[in-house]
Amino acid sequence: MSESKEMKTREGSEMKAQSEQDVFLRPAVDIYEDGHEITLRADMPGVSRDRLQVQVDGNNLAIEGQAAIDMPEGMEALHADVRTTRFRRSFTLSNELDSGNINAEMKDGVLTLHLPKRAELQPRKIEVSVG
Amino acid sequence: MFGYLTGFDTDVFDQFDRMRRQMDRMFGEVSRPAGIRSLAAGTFPAVNVGVSEEQVDVYLFAAGIDPKTLNISLQQNLLTVEGERKIQYPEKVQFYRQERFSGQFRRVLTLPEDVDPDQVSAHYRDGVLQISVKRREAVRPRQIEVK
Repeated sequence: MSESKEMKTREGSEMKAQSEQDVFLRPAVDIYEDGHEITLRADMPGVSRDRLQVQVDGNNLAIEGQAAIDMPEGMEALHADVRTTRFRRSFTLSNELDSGNINAEMKDGVLTLHLPKRAELQPRKIEVSVG
Repeated sequence: MFGYLTGFDTDVFDQFDRMRRQMDRMFGEVSRPAGIRSLAAGTFPAVNVGVSEEQVDVYLFAAGIDPKTLNISLQQNLLTVEGERKIQYPEKVQFYRQERFSGQFRRVLTLPEDVDPDQVSAHYRDGVLQISVKRREAVRPRQIEVK
C-alpha cells in the first residue's frame, strides 16, 4: 500500500518537472502557393499520424507532433543533435484561406498541409478591354 | 474551438509520453566534446547515438527519404551513411519559405571500437533511420565464477 503511494508521488513530481521545461523542436518547412491553395510541408521525423496534431483556432494554425523512438533500456547518449522529441510551430492564416477545408497527410515523417483558398476568392483573370 | 485532425488515445499517449521522457532524459544531458567528424548543428540529417552494454544505436532524423537511396557502410568502427533527398517542387508556384534540405547528404560517425561489423541492422520508420550494431561479447562485463 505504502509502496504504491510512493510510486505515485514520484510520478507526479516527474510530470511537474516535464511541464516546466517546455522545449520544442521547430520543424523545417516549405511553404508555397499556386492559384488554388497554399501548400505547407514540414519535416517531423519520428512522428506518426496518431501523434500529430494540427490545430486551427481562428486565424492561428499550429502543428505539433510527438516523436517516438524505439529504444532499449539502459542506453546512454554518446552524441545527440536532437535533444527533445516534441515538434511545434505555428502560423497565422489569412482570411482568404478556407480553414475549414484544410487537408493533412503524413508520410515518412513529412507533414503536408493543403490550405485551399475560398472558392469565391480564387483569382480570376481580369479582362482589359481596349478601346 | 480547436479542430483536431487526429485524436489521441489516452493510454497510447501515456505510453509514448513515458518513452519521450526517457528519451529526453537520455539525450538531454550530453556535454561531451564534439567528435572530429561531427557536423555543425542543423545539418541534415540530425543524428543521435545511444550506447548500451549490448549494442550501439544510431538514429538519423531523415524525414521523407526513399530508404533505397541509402548507402550504409561500416568499416571497423567508422559508420558512413550516404543518401539523397530530392524534393520535387511543382512549377509555377510562389515560395514563401524553403527551409527543408534537398540534395545529397553524407554523415560519418565514429562508433565505439568494440562494435561488430557483422551484426548490423537498419530500419526506416516515420522518417527515422535506426541503425543498430551489436558490440562484441568480450567487452561486456562478465560474472567470474570463483572455484
